[in-house]
Amino acid sequence: MYTFSSKLKTFSFILMIVGVLGIGYSFFTAPKDINDVEAILASQHGHHGDAHAEGAEHHDAKDAHVNTAHSEDAHAAAGHDAHDAHGADAHEAHDDEHTHHLKHVLQQLQNKPWAGVYVAALFFMLISLGALAFYAIQNAASAGWSPVLFRVMEGISAYLIPGAVIVFLLLVLGVMGSHHLFVWMDKDVVAHDHLIQGKSGYLNGPFFLIRAALFMGGWIFYRQYARKVSLAQDEASDNLNFKKSFKAAASFLVFFIVSESIMSWDWIMSVDPHWFSTLFGWYVFASFVVSAVTVIAMVTLYLKSQGYLEYVNTSHIHDLAKFMFGFSVFWTYLWFSQFMLIWYADIPEEITYFVTRIEHYNLPFFGMVVMNFVLPVLILVNTDFKRLTWIVVLAGTIILCGHYIDFFNMIMPATVGDQWFIGAGEIGSILFFMGLFIFVVFSAISKAPLLAKRNPLIEESKHFHY
Amino acid sequence: MSNKVIHVLYNDDDILMDAVKQTRAAHHHIEEIYTPFPVHGLDKAMGLAPTRIAICSFLYGLVGLSIATAMLRYIMIVDWPQDIGGKPSFSFIQNMPAFVPVMFEMTVFFAAHLMVITFYMRSKLWPFKEAENPDVRTTDDHFLMEVSVHGDVDQIVSFFENTGAVEVKVIEKH
Repeated sequence: MYTFSSKLKTFSFILMIVGVLGIGYSFFTAPKDINDVEAILASQHGHHGDAHAEGAEHHDAKDAHVNTAHSEDAHAAAGHDAHDAHGADAHEAHDDEHTHHLKHVLQQLQNKPWAGVYVAALFFMLISLGALAFYAIQNAASAGWSPVLFRVMEGISAYLIPGAVIVFLLLVLGVMGSHHLFVWMDKDVVAHDHLIQGKSGYLNGPFFLIRAALFMGGWIFYRQYARKVSLAQDEASDNLNFKKSFKAAASFLVFFIVSESIMSWDWIMSVDPHWFSTLFGWYVFASFVVSAVTVIAMVTLYLKSQGYLEYVNTSHIHDLAKFMFGFSVFWTYLWFSQFMLIWYADIPEEITYFVTRIEHYNLPFFGMVVMNFVLPVLILVNTDFKRLTWIVVLAGTIILCGHYIDFFNMIMPATVGDQWFIGAGEIGSILFFMGLFIFVVFSAISKAPLLAKRNPLIEESKHFHY
Repeated sequence: MSNKVIHVLYNDDDILMDAVKQTRAAHHHIEEIYTPFPVHGLDKAMGLAPTRIAICSFLYGLVGLSIATAMLRYIMIVDWPQDIGGKPSFSFIQNMPAFVPVMFEMTVFFAAHLMVITFYMRSKLWPFKEAENPDVRTTDDHFLMEVSVHGDVDQIVSFFENTGAVEVKVIEKH
């Protein structure tokens, strides 16, 4: 049995408290109205001449209108006219547009603390979902190497319950209008947007929440059931529970692949309701499953270093590191496939997605390819390196940071646009959810023995070597 | 200088593994072992150095990547930068996504083929090469261990007869 060390517990509480302070600070400092925004923009453009600043804003406004989902063609056209004509009308149009621009930036800045919380909440919830999917795959495949790690995976999947509840609450708040992360939830925008109107049969509040509840309910149900039969197998005298867990895993995987696809359209792709991509669900899956395998490896290494996992040897770590390597390449394959197809054909309604990212998120967008592909591949390609604790932890840290940035890149451009910054709100959210994650996961791990006793494959797994 | 060797035949890979361990413990030098199929862990038991072919392959892959990059840059950007369907041929990086499929395939092609050729050269395998197996049964169901002989032949023969061998032969090697 693992006992949750008081040090780690304190650490998780400190993370949560610091995180709450950061989140609170970001909400507190978010601008309340247009005047605040004007002051913020003035200080941003302070080093330019006044006239220059005016012009720069004007250009920004035009860019932003073209690139954001809820731009209205009429406005962009009006802006253009105003720019070309130098008559008296032009001044009026310019003022109009200036206020419009300020309103737009205000919304982006007000979205910022929400988006920071949403990205982190989603990221950590999907990590535990990824661990659950990986666990189900191991069960359905009757893997011989991994049963000694089942309790670790079950522990990580325990975060799914609080994590899903938090994400669901954020979605409910969006439908209720407390935040504006999902532009299609805004009735005024939809009223002027034929594209979103055409999708409102799918993208509407009640149906959106029903889908979310259904998927989260299904995942949590499988998690609780798999945990129950796994613990029951320890005490049983036959292998009935093992068979149940096999069947449950196989059924869950079918449900998972459908719900995961739809989940990625709903919670991530719909922040850009004008844009769509067919392989998006797979792409999101690759991103969180590699993070999940990394977290499994890191939690395993931590428990091993504390002397709790007697039968875990370097071959198990080697296998996990191989999965980290393989899924990193898989993620890159999908990232590149999505990017290259859209870049190559260059269809205006699709390419805006990458134009905003390359223009305003250049470093995070390409930096994550280095962090999620180049570094893991170079570090983990060596067999001997895959057995070394510090190498796996190093590569794992890079992968986790890289995939946080991946989710950041998926959500932020549509919600905060060029006003993004990784500051108190974003880091606070990461710390808060990391603290919660550590607390929930290690509490769950301390509730059951770390070795699944009567699993029919446990002997093979104990003596696994590669 | 004696050039006698002993050919010890076994008919089971587990017995062979035990025999290899005993032989190593008794400090007899194993010249070669002939098996009909890969025996897991035999290289470790014999104390063979690990292969470096993966390192070769990695380097060959880098060669392939460099060749593909240089080739595409020269052809598409330097030599004749045409406008083909609006693709930006002004610099390599601007048109790079279109080159990635070729760069990837060339990397794999070089890594795989040069590694295989390296394997053939290092293992001295080629068409019309004369087969080297000392006993035809080693390609079917027998395992043969060739040990160099130093000192008392009878003593060595009796040592190997006690390791579960089905046959022990003393051979004069030319």
